[in-house]
Amino acid sequence: MSTSALILIVITWSSVTFATGYFFYKVLTTPSKPEQDSTSEKSDKE
Amino acid sequence: MTKTQSSGWGSRVGLILAMAGNAVGLGNFLRFPAQAIENGGGAFIIPYLVCFLLMGIPLLFVEWSMGRFGGRYGQHSTPFIFDAMGKTPYWKYFGVFGLFTNIAVAAFYCYLESWALSWAYYSVAGTFTGMSQVEVQQFFTNHIELGTSHPVVFWVICLFINTWILSRGLSGGVEKVAKIGMPLLILFGVVLAITGISLQASPGGAINDGIVGLNYLWSPDFSTIWSFKVWIAAAGQIFFTLSLGMGSIHCYASYLKSKEDIALNAMSAGWMNEFVEVVLGSAIIIPISVGYLGIEGVTNFVAEQGGLGIGFIVLPNLFSDWGTFGVFAGLMWFGLLFFAGITSSLAMGTPVMGFLEDNFKIKQSTGAWIFGTIILVLGIPCVLSQDAFNEYDYWAGTIALVIFAMVEIVLFAWVFGMDKGWKEINTGADIKVPGIFKFIIKFVSPIFLIVVFVGAIPSILENATKATSVYGWTARFLLVSLFVLVAILVYIAKKLQGSKPYPESNDN
Repeated sequence: MSTSALILIVITWSSVTFATGYFFYKVLTTPSKPEQDSTSEKSDKE
Repeated sequence: MTKTQSSGWGSRVGLILAMAGNAVGLGNFLRFPAQAIENGGGAFIIPYLVCFLLMGIPLLFVEWSMGRFGGRYGQHSTPFIFDAMGKTPYWKYFGVFGLFTNIAVAAFYCYLESWALSWAYYSVAGTFTGMSQVEVQQFFTNHIELGTSHPVVFWVICLFINTWILSRGLSGGVEKVAKIGMPLLILFGVVLAITGISLQASPGGAINDGIVGLNYLWSPDFSTIWSFKVWIAAAGQIFFTLSLGMGSIHCYASYLKSKEDIALNAMSAGWMNEFVEVVLGSAIIIPISVGYLGIEGVTNFVAEQGGLGIGFIVLPNLFSDWGTFGVFAGLMWFGLLFFAGITSSLAMGTPVMGFLEDNFKIKQSTGAWIFGTIILVLGIPCVLSQDAFNEYDYWAGTIALVIFAMVEIVLFAWVFGMDKGWKEINTGADIKVPGIFKFIIKFVSPIFLIVVFVGAIPSILENATKATSVYGWTARFLLVSLFVLVAILVYIAKKLQGSKPYPESNDN
């Protein structure tokens, strides 16, 4: 594999994978907010 | 108009997966690698990621926050989200694009999705076993030219599945499918990517290692970076891959509560799509096909047939040489494409259902069947002719997206106001959005989009005056009729609402 291709693939794949993992981890670990919107309903009509 | 929300997401993870599923489509696996090959190989990733940062992420923030804003006033489709934000009568007619595009794209996209479903079936049934590549090509041509009734049968089945899931509602249908489909898609993608990269050349088998294909795709030609065409291609790919400018993100976000986070959610769903496209999408079709066809063979095939040809003609033929694993590989590949497709097409149905429910009090289940019927009727020309398919793809799937995105960012940053918009983005945010995005959304993204649109004008003029078959003209007529019909419905809905103003929100 050429050096330039290898550098591009390593930088791109690692940064995209890190960002994906980081933001999804934040989603999973951030506690949900208490209900603040009294007008919301969570039930589907169907 | 009262502040209300009629239904919602069952969980935050469900929302993220549904949003990511909306973005992840067949293009992640078939279009991205072909675009990269045709636009500088690895160097394509530079304009691509610049477009993601300057246009993709800002538009994600804008569309998520516009959607949540509209949901606060009980509106789940863009005509009346725009109406609430613009507060002058004409904005809602720009919002018509957010319904028109979803309907028109779904009409041809569901047919494409049905190909993946049928190819998954053929893979399991062993249809491709023993076929040469020429025979698979003939099978494919026979399929799209309706030499058999199978394409129509699978298309109707696919439409039925979509409509039935939509009729189950957001958390009961769309979210459940996303929770099953997205993890399976990623699992299948990872298995196939590892298989592709680890492919070994052997006598009577592959002529190249998988790494050769990876090297071919990622070797940069930096001379292309200054080409306007390459930047247009990169911008187009970002639009296409993130499902921007369609109205489906607005709709999904409109079911959020008024103080729920959008910043982290948008980033998570957006980056998940990038992972599927840039990491998995670049590691499957090119490494495997270069392994067996060689670089020249793949270059010619991409030039003639695009990524679609490799996905539906080359790979089934190669999988058939893999013995028992080939059956699983075929099932995983086409299953992956089907999941990618259906999670996107479901997102196209929800704005229509939301519009009908909000404005005409039509139940979601009934709205789903109305949507399914419209897609069935509008999809007939696409099934009958590639010309109609291409017209839908170009006008609704490409040009309408750019126009809509250009209008929405001007509305958000300059009419609604950037200060209010920035507050909207940051309300309830679980991450700190870098302040530079305020500048990007206000100045850089609109200019970027205007340049993209202006750059596309020669192509628009050329395509508008290009001769086509009777099916192509039928498609154009149907598209214009669809837009006019939706605009009339928006007009009637506004009349039914009366002159009640949208109240200022107390939530902020």
